Amino acid sequence: MSTGSGLALYDVTVRHHGPLGPITAVDGVSLDVPQGTTVGLVGESGSGKSTLARAVVGLAPLCAGRITVSGREYGGRRVADRRRLGQQVQLVFQDPDTALDPRMTVRQSLAESAGAFVRLDRRSRDQRIGGLLDLVGLDTGCADRLPRQLSGGQRQRVAVARALAVDPAVLIADEVTSALDVSVRAALLTMLRDLQRRMGFAMLFISHDLAAVRHVSDAVAVMYLGRIVEIAAAESLLSGPRHPYTRTLLSAVPSLHAGRRPAGEPLLAGEVPDPAAPPAGCRFHPRCPVGPDRHPGRDVCAVRDPQREATGRPHRAACHFPYGTDDRPPEARHVPPDGDGDRTPRTPEDLPS
Amino acid sequence: MTTVSARPGAPARYHPWVVFCCRRAARLVVSLFVVVTASFAMIRLIPGDPVRAALGVDAPPDLVAAERHELGLDRSLPEQYVQYLPRLAHGDLGVSLVTGEPVAELVRARLPATLLLAVLAFGCVLVVALPGGVLAAVWTRGGRRPRTELVFTATTSVLAGVPDFVLAAGLTAGLAVALRILPAAGDLGSRSYVLPVLALALAPTAVLLRIVRVETLKVLATDYVRAARAKRLPAVRFHVCHVAPNALTASLTFAGNLLPALIAGTVLVEKVFAWPGIGSAMAQSVVAQDYAVVEASVLVLGSSVLLVNFLVDLALALLDPRSVIRKT
Amino acid sequence: MGVITLVMLGSLVVLAVAGAVLWGQQAGRADPSAVLRAPTTGHPLGTDRLGRDLLARLLAATWPSLLPAVAATLLGAAAGITLGALTAVVDGRAARLLGALITLLLAFPALLVAMFLAALFGAGTGGAVCALAVACAPGFARITQTLAAQVAGTDFMAAARVLGLRRHRLLLRHVLPHIAEPLMLNTTVAAGSSLVALSGLSFLGLGTQPPSYDWGLLLSQGLDRVYTEPLPAVAPGIAIVYAAVAFQLLGEMLAGAAARQARPHPVDEPVAHPEPVAHLVRTDRPASVDHVLEVADLRVALPTADGVVRPVRGVTLALRRGEMVGLVGESGSGKSLTALAIADLLPDGARATWGRHRFLGTDTESLSGKERRRQLATGMAMVFQNPASAFNPSLRIGTQLTEAVRAHRGTPRAEAVEQALAQLRRVALPGGRRLLRSRPFQLSGGQRQRVAIASASMMRPGLIIADEPTTALDVTVQRQIMDLLRRIRRDDGTAILFISHDIALVADACDRVLVMYGGTIVESLPAPELAAGARHPYTRMLVASVPDLAAERDHPLHSIEGGPPDPSGAAPGCPFHDRCPHRLDRCAVESPVLSPLGPGHEVACWQPPAAAPSHGRRENEEAQK
Repeated sequence: MSTGSGLALYDVTVRHHGPLGPITAVDGVSLDVPQGTTVGLVGESGSGKSTLARAVVGLAPLCAGRITVSGREYGGRRVADRRRLGQQVQLVFQDPDTALDPRMTVRQSLAESAGAFVRLDRRSRDQRIGGLLDLVGLDTGCADRLPRQLSGGQRQRVAVARALAVDPAVLIADEVTSALDVSVRAALLTMLRDLQRRMGFAMLFISHDLAAVRHVSDAVAVMYLGRIVEIAAAESLLSGPRHPYTRTLLSAVPSLHAGRRPAGEPLLAGEVPDPAAPPAGCRFHPRCPVGPDRHPGRDVCAVRDPQREATGRPHRAACHFPYGTDDRPPEARHVPPDGDGDRTPRTPEDLPS
Repeated sequence: MTTVSARPGAPARYHPWVVFCCRRAARLVVSLFVVVTASFAMIRLIPGDPVRAALGVDAPPDLVAAERHELGLDRSLPEQYVQYLPRLAHGDLGVSLVTGEPVAELVRARLPATLLLAVLAFGCVLVVALPGGVLAAVWTRGGRRPRTELVFTATTSVLAGVPDFVLAAGLTAGLAVALRILPAAGDLGSRSYVLPVLALALAPTAVLLRIVRVETLKVLATDYVRAARAKRLPAVRFHVCHVAPNALTASLTFAGNLLPALIAGTVLVEKVFAWPGIGSAMAQSVVAQDYAVVEASVLVLGSSVLLVNFLVDLALALLDPRSVIRKT
Repeated sequence: MGVITLVMLGSLVVLAVAGAVLWGQQAGRADPSAVLRAPTTGHPLGTDRLGRDLLARLLAATWPSLLPAVAATLLGAAAGITLGALTAVVDGRAARLLGALITLLLAFPALLVAMFLAALFGAGTGGAVCALAVACAPGFARITQTLAAQVAGTDFMAAARVLGLRRHRLLLRHVLPHIAEPLMLNTTVAAGSSLVALSGLSFLGLGTQPPSYDWGLLLSQGLDRVYTEPLPAVAPGIAIVYAAVAFQLLGEMLAGAAARQARPHPVDEPVAHPEPVAHLVRTDRPASVDHVLEVADLRVALPTADGVVRPVRGVTLALRRGEMVGLVGESGSGKSLTALAIADLLPDGARATWGRHRFLGTDTESLSGKERRRQLATGMAMVFQNPASAFNPSLRIGTQLTEAVRAHRGTPRAEAVEQALAQLRRVALPGGRRLLRSRPFQLSGGQRQRVAIASASMMRPGLIIADEPTTALDVTVQRQIMDLLRRIRRDDGTAILFISHDIALVADACDRVLVMYGGTIVESLPAPELAAGARHPYTRMLVASVPDLAAERDHPLHSIEGGPPDPSGAAPGCPFHDRCPHRLDRCAVESPVLSPLGPGHEVACWQPPAAAPSHGRRENEEAQK
């Protein structure tokens, strides 16, 4: 089932030690990001999406499952293992203020990254740095500045350049736009999308901003309490969400253009449960607008876990009673007007089950 | 994620308090074990022969051998250790090499005086430094009254640099000998406490004053103080209810670390004032090379420091319940 | 203070180097005819029991007193820093074990450990130095560990680890440079305390042994005769204090130098009004009774390390009763300072000036300080951005909800509690009295923000200022909070000034939107018009840069080229002119004034582009549908 290229996660589980015992931050997540595509990962705080990112780059140890990059597994915790993984997968962090060493100039940061796996002489290194800065749309004059002399957007561009300096097969963007201003955000999103098209790496774009995810992603996965509750091609998921959580999430996003939202749409009841003791059955059932609390007779939600019941479809929701169940015709897939063949989004049909 | 972990009703396997107390108790036991082992090892590891040193170079060899046998020093180390622990459990600290008196008697007679001194000094430190530091912070926040701030910083840094035994010597020379206001040495009633307590408390007070001020300044810059300011409460209520409690819980952690240091500091100060405490006994026996007494003093002082540490930790956890969750 | 410190240190160095040479011989010369003399002109400090001159001995002892102290500190620092830095480099379990070891060692006071070890190593300078080095190592280890852990937790270290850098490289390149400065500072201070401790050991008879001598031993010998002659005891004491204080001050100075880089200069000069005439026109508008708040030409000056900046440069706004107005702008646009100035909560050092400031129908300048505080306390409430830090962690929720009503309205406790319960019901928080007894850390972010809104509406104020109240929250919680704010506005007729960087959220929730750029309001328009009817070039570009779920997916996002305007506010002209695609020559010279354009629509632009937007693809498409 594995596509053999890009990033693939098989039943990945990550636990960390909480004050009151282990917390399963990521629980059996399977995900496929084929080469040359972007998968957006959406979820609210505490859903485990950042932990997942850290697990993929080896900053958080896996408790179960495995992760392959280009078909190879990169396990092991020795420095050599980490180096092999680092050559393949890079991460761009949320906060550009802290992601760069404040005492290193842009040149030093990029040189450290570019020279991490290949030895470069002085000239080729300078060339490489110039090329990288050019790639992310920065002036070569920036090279000798310290991070604090750059604006937030510029810093984030440097962070992207540093990640791309090792020519990774997979780039993970963890909330890269959330610390930036709106006008800068747009430029960075566009840049990431263009870079991905040009360089063809696989990208896992993690964000809580659904609109931003939609702008860059081919497929979108929605996480809730450590699990993926819905996964589909971006347009299909955002225009016809089937999981009740995705629906609530989408309805909560304010829009400039859609006009005033009608009042009285269902609000989520209660609070996000404690990840140390997630609810039995469907993890969303205590808050679900179509769940057992509002629809008597749907007791199955509180008992059985819907995770494994929706395989084999292009649009998979982990729900016993998803919206639009009665096989609607598959959503017309959106082929970008300027898209060439290799950008055709691969939906997670070929996900391992 | 603090909110999640602390939410009431979270089915934890153990209550955080249980985890916290168990860990602290385990740490106490391990530390006590280290102290016991160290004090056991001391007399046996000292280069040369402590028995001969204590009895004098011209002591007859058979007397030295008899004394060594008496102390059990002629047996193997593990054997000695196995004997040492039960004896210790019965409160037997051995006998002085010089006087031959039981060391436990000496400790029983002298430990209360030392602890009283340390606790009194600690009380003085708290009484002066806690309100003083808060006041200093409120006066000098945001760069106001730069001159007051300079005087405060200069004074406290000089005072913090004055070692207690030097201050003790100075106080004896000035107040007791030259001016004859207060008794110079010994425990002769309440007036004789003034100088040792003063000598012990002054430097820690200066240190704590600075810490309290810094902590208060931090609290004054927080969002919740800004939110409280938006309510425009009366100044007294604002400072007493919103600023002080938070500044003080952070400062008390530092203060808690001062108390053990104060107990250790008594050794030097007691020597100056000839205070009948465990510290001066230790100082005298060091000179007399009476290692049995030194060993017992180290054991007693070390254990009291550890016990105090433990109690301070518990007290701080009671004052600030969040720390239980944070620290475990 | 710096000069004093340097003079003290310099004198110590000179004494240490020259002392033994100049007075060494005299200090060693015994004079049996002058034993235990009191101070005279020949012997200013008197003589000891062998008739040696005490002043010469004191001065000659500088070197033997300082050197072991410095040596012990350096040894201890080297050992401790190595131990502490190891914790940052080794793997999890080993690091935890090392941490536990450090904690264990730290439980014993350094002085006690030093005494124990000095006795163990045998009395003498070498033994004392080793003992002291071992005793102060755990302290260094802990500090290094804490500092290194701070660095290890940063994103740039994580990035370096993802790069697969080797451990020694991580340590040398990223960890050590960041912790070097505080460690140096700590070493300086520790040298002072080592000197004291070493003197203490000598004083106890565990350190330097006769015939060698240092200050501690001199003090000990002097103390034997303190009852007859205080000076021989006091003088070495002064020497110890002098050296200890010198080290202490040096540490102080280094710390001060580090802190000074961040310390702002206070604003002394009166805040200048660059273009008062243009704004006077605006302030002449007749006061409306319907207005809860009227502000004209608000300016704020803020001291920073780089000089005075003027983040707010002539803001004019008015809120009607029950109106929800969004104040939208990017970071640095001055929106939060505008709010703080209105609430009179500006940070220390900042100054605000007003062309006009009317609140609840009264001119605030006509009020005394006390009246003004009372008016603000009862008429205005704030909801802050970060609900995690907006509540006092040590007070119960109930206290924080009721204290303002009790203080300003004199409401009795029971009644205040009833009111608080009613407000909590209104913000849909269950739990009632149990919630009032809980502490802030027991609530989630969304719950806390709801409590904050309940607290803000306790007084039934005329105006609530909500400063980015949902930025730290998830989007589903954001919706709950917005609904609550709207409900309070509807029920109580409270005006709400809603500050946000999220233009979509503001358009969605508010009646009117004020767009802020470079410390001024560039456009004021009804919220429904924001998407299609904005006239200011900045507003339009902002709208075009927002990715939107309702828009065409492959529609290109527009970004605004160039950087934000100069924060000092010195440049003349329109703050947006250098990024504006429609700029005129006039824009660089003269600042445009907010002028009416249509009903409820004002714009500060010399030549607002026509209503058909330049990036009109989106609107055209919508028109076609």
